[in-house]
Amino acid sequence: MKEYKTITEVSGPLVFAEVDEPVGYDEIVEIETPSGETKRGQVLETSDGLVSIQVFEGTSGIDRNASVRFIGETLKMPVTEDLLGRVLDGSGRPLDDGPDIVPEERREIVGAAINPYSREYPEEFIQTGVSGIDGMNTLVRGQKLPIFSSSGLPHNDLALQIARQATVPEEEEGDGDGGSEFAVIFGAMGITQEEANEFMDDFERTGALERSVVFMNLADDPAVERTVTPRLALTTAEYLAFDKGYHVLVILTDMTNYCEALREIGAAREEVPGRRGYPGYMYTDLAQIYERAGRIKDQEGSITQIPILTMPSNDITHPIPDLTGYITEGQIIVDPDLNSQGVKPPINVLPSLSRLMDDGIGEGLTRGDHADVSDQLYAAYAEGDSLRDLVNIVGREALSERDNKFLDFADRFENEFVEQGFGTDRNIEETLTIGWDLLSMLPKDALNRIDEEFIEEYYVEDEQAIEAPADD
Amino acid sequence: MSQATESDVREDGVIESVSGPVVTAVDLDARMNDVVYVGHEGLMGEVIEIEGNVTTIQVYEETSDVAPGEPVESTGQPLSVDLGPGMLDTIYDGVQRPLDVLETKMDSAFLDRGVDAPGIDLERTWEFEPEVEEGDEVSAGDILGSVPETESIDHKVMVPPDSDGGEVVSVESGNFAVDETVVELDTGEEIAMRQEWPVRKKRPAAEKFTPTTPLVSGQRILDGLFPIAKGGTAAIPGPFGSGKTVTQQSLAKFADADIVVYIGCGERGNEMTEVIDDFPELPDPQTGNPLMARTCLIANTSNMPVAARESCIYTGITIAEYYRDMGYDVALMADSTSRWAEAMREISSRLEEMPGEEGYPAYLSARLSEFYERAGYYRNTNGTEGSVTAIGAVSPPGGDFSEPVTQNTLRIVKAFWALDADLAERRHFPAINWNDSYSLYRDQLDHWFEDNVAEDWSELRQWGIDTLDEEDELQEIVQLVGKDALPEDQQLTLEVARYLREAWLQQNGLHDVDRYSPPEKTYRILEGIKTFHDEAFDALDAGVPVDEIQSIDAAPQLARIGTTPDDEADEFVSEIESKMAEQLRELY
Repeated sequence: MKEYKTITEVSGPLVFAEVDEPVGYDEIVEIETPSGETKRGQVLETSDGLVSIQVFEGTSGIDRNASVRFIGETLKMPVTEDLLGRVLDGSGRPLDDGPDIVPEERREIVGAAINPYSREYPEEFIQTGVSGIDGMNTLVRGQKLPIFSSSGLPHNDLALQIARQATVPEEEEGDGDGGSEFAVIFGAMGITQEEANEFMDDFERTGALERSVVFMNLADDPAVERTVTPRLALTTAEYLAFDKGYHVLVILTDMTNYCEALREIGAAREEVPGRRGYPGYMYTDLAQIYERAGRIKDQEGSITQIPILTMPSNDITHPIPDLTGYITEGQIIVDPDLNSQGVKPPINVLPSLSRLMDDGIGEGLTRGDHADVSDQLYAAYAEGDSLRDLVNIVGREALSERDNKFLDFADRFENEFVEQGFGTDRNIEETLTIGWDLLSMLPKDALNRIDEEFIEEYYVEDEQAIEAPADD
Repeated sequence: MSQATESDVREDGVIESVSGPVVTAVDLDARMNDVVYVGHEGLMGEVIEIEGNVTTIQVYEETSDVAPGEPVESTGQPLSVDLGPGMLDTIYDGVQRPLDVLETKMDSAFLDRGVDAPGIDLERTWEFEPEVEEGDEVSAGDILGSVPETESIDHKVMVPPDSDGGEVVSVESGNFAVDETVVELDTGEEIAMRQEWPVRKKRPAAEKFTPTTPLVSGQRILDGLFPIAKGGTAAIPGPFGSGKTVTQQSLAKFADADIVVYIGCGERGNEMTEVIDDFPELPDPQTGNPLMARTCLIANTSNMPVAARESCIYTGITIAEYYRDMGYDVALMADSTSRWAEAMREISSRLEEMPGEEGYPAYLSARLSEFYERAGYYRNTNGTEGSVTAIGAVSPPGGDFSEPVTQNTLRIVKAFWALDADLAERRHFPAINWNDSYSLYRDQLDHWFEDNVAEDWSELRQWGIDTLDEEDELQEIVQLVGKDALPEDQQLTLEVARYLREAWLQQNGLHDVDRYSPPEKTYRILEGIKTFHDEAFDALDAGVPVDEIQSIDAAPQLARIGTTPDDEADEFVSEIESKMAEQLRELY
């Protein structure tokens, strides 16, 4: 290991140093400041004689006399099953008082792409107990389904609810040894101490911590470190899933902070920026995170990802949600209007989507009528919702009886189907039953997306009679 | 990917710097676009810039841990693909390495670095049946014989396009590996089944025609309103979640092409897996054989190296052109060309080139048009006729069609299928917006539809378009005053338009029957709706109130025609037509 005292330039998170031996791209660097502090960094660019280094802990305190050591290898994550139950910082060092981590293996954190030929197509239904997800935007094992939210919305409560309640119903009955429980990997990037406490308290209260690995990069931790935190988390997830057979649920929050860190590095390197100053390679970079989810043929485990991001000024066309949506398999949208109405969780199902839903539901998976019911609920809610604007102008009286029914439907859909509280765990049967109760408000011939035999079986005939008096 | 032969001249260079996928080397004797092997691990790359003694290389694999001082080896050949039997029913990465072979070679589900694999199996033997005899004169591109490649496709073995031709002096027949000589010419040239072709160079053809035959897609909105020709070009732009990939996959499944080349360019891994799982199971609607028997897949998922994303489009179109040379109609789907453009942008920015619009390189427009121009309906040099239809998905940021990739694509393609997030939100699929989309092939394809489907095809279609246009205008008023404030005839027009949308334009891609609608059925449903229109307006003229017209129970049945089996559809429509007439006439 060679040591240099050849720093020529320090600029933002970057340090430039002269070297007389070749240094590998992406290699890890240790910089010791004159005050004795050691900082870690990574080689961003290497050429004959000069390397540029991004420093994870920030460059303050580094001067021309700081010594630079090249470790001779790329960043690695020590992995072992004993990580479960541990709390680590954003660079993977223990934060709790637990014993030293004895790694079974040290893995490169830049994950290799999964060969599409070796993937197993995800189609196992995960019951989250949240009707807005299970009924309308079903999550399956191995999916990456982000939560798009905004500042001030309860996206953390939703993520915690999912982490607490997620099960795969069939296996629960099948082997009964708790094999369907998920191991949770929690990667926090730039969240506040308060938010972190919220997560930690919940994990401790429910006992989930025992089967969790927590990576914490808080708001006042170095921003550049955020670029490695999700990679450490996912390397751990891959080890647990594909070496140890765990079903892993990865929650990454907040991806917006991650992207801000990318932009900061890009700006420091004086790169040509893409949209809104974010680097042009942000799509590729995000894909290298999100694509590390899925199932592999003949392997027991799986990785399901729920990244959370806050959309700046609730704008879904902002580059961060936009690029994310192009990579992930759908999105769950948390909506400010529903939140102010008091709907918990405030999921707006209309712009939400789960791309893998179709293969994860139906006879033998959830229930035969699931696809039709969800389709019809969508169509009816969309119709009711679009009538609301009109009502504001012409008033309810001017609308036909049919239109009024759809308006009532939309209200009840929000207040009875989507609204359930963060503590309620509904199974899929309950969710579909509520769906049928609501659909039965509508005349049978309006249910044009549901197969006739299902209407026979599930339509509640006297629903309209019951509802009439209650509907004033 | 093509394997350089041992006899090639190799000149070694030394790495000078590494920055992500861009590596510079000194003392390397290589030409522009030559393939080189970088570092101790032999990572594959391509020369993209030469300046003085410094050569810039884009590397198709991850460059972590590669250091200055490591060697660079030149193969002296441009990036080429292997062409020969065995490409169908295969899935490749962006530089034509078969993914199943990579899985075996790496013994892992994860893609490792520095592993090479030939594009076609060099060991496997194929039964070659000659179509020439000794003494025949052959020239470049001529067909020498054929090989049954899959149950659907006879693979033609051709004289390579860069050959000078000559007289056949010996011909073999029987089982051979792809590199064994099957035909020898008097010039001493030995021709095997395998040939190579540089991906960035268009394969030669004799003549390009104006296409007049439609690529029948089985999608009602496309065949009915916005048809594409065999040899045509189309773009499908849309924000995420609007169904680009589903539309591309429907086309790959049901379009009446002989060969389908499907390029997953920078898209999701699970989507490619879905195709790999589904296509061997699904029957080709034309032949009944498994779809994979006519399909070649190219997958560069979004987390695979970005330089290989830049090349995957070229790999795909070169394979498509090769099958076109055999006289086949090839459909090429590229999902998504925006990722390709972004790969260009990323490489360009690493080279510190002067950026054009939104950071894209100034040559974006030239590259896009070069690609789409390789599509077309051609007479090949061997006299056969074949076509390449190119259909590119575009993923505009934020769904904003004014961005550079969409705009530059629109200047070239002749069919534009605009996907609409609002329609997708209402679960109207395919979410193709009928007001924004267009096809410039309509007129030149009308003859075919009139000769093969129905004489009044274009008139009936025009009626449909007019009705939908009128609905669009009326909806604006409805948004302000409500539907009941409209005069009765306009309310009835809205009702007719609703059937056009729900029974005709909407199509359930997941339903076993509805996912493919033959043109005859597409026509017949439209005709059924027209019948409702005529009968209903007669009733209205006779004084029947619009509420009563809407309350007949025969008309809603129109929405069920799509899911009715094709051979029963005609009868079912007739039944609905007579019931509608009967029920409406009872009202006056």
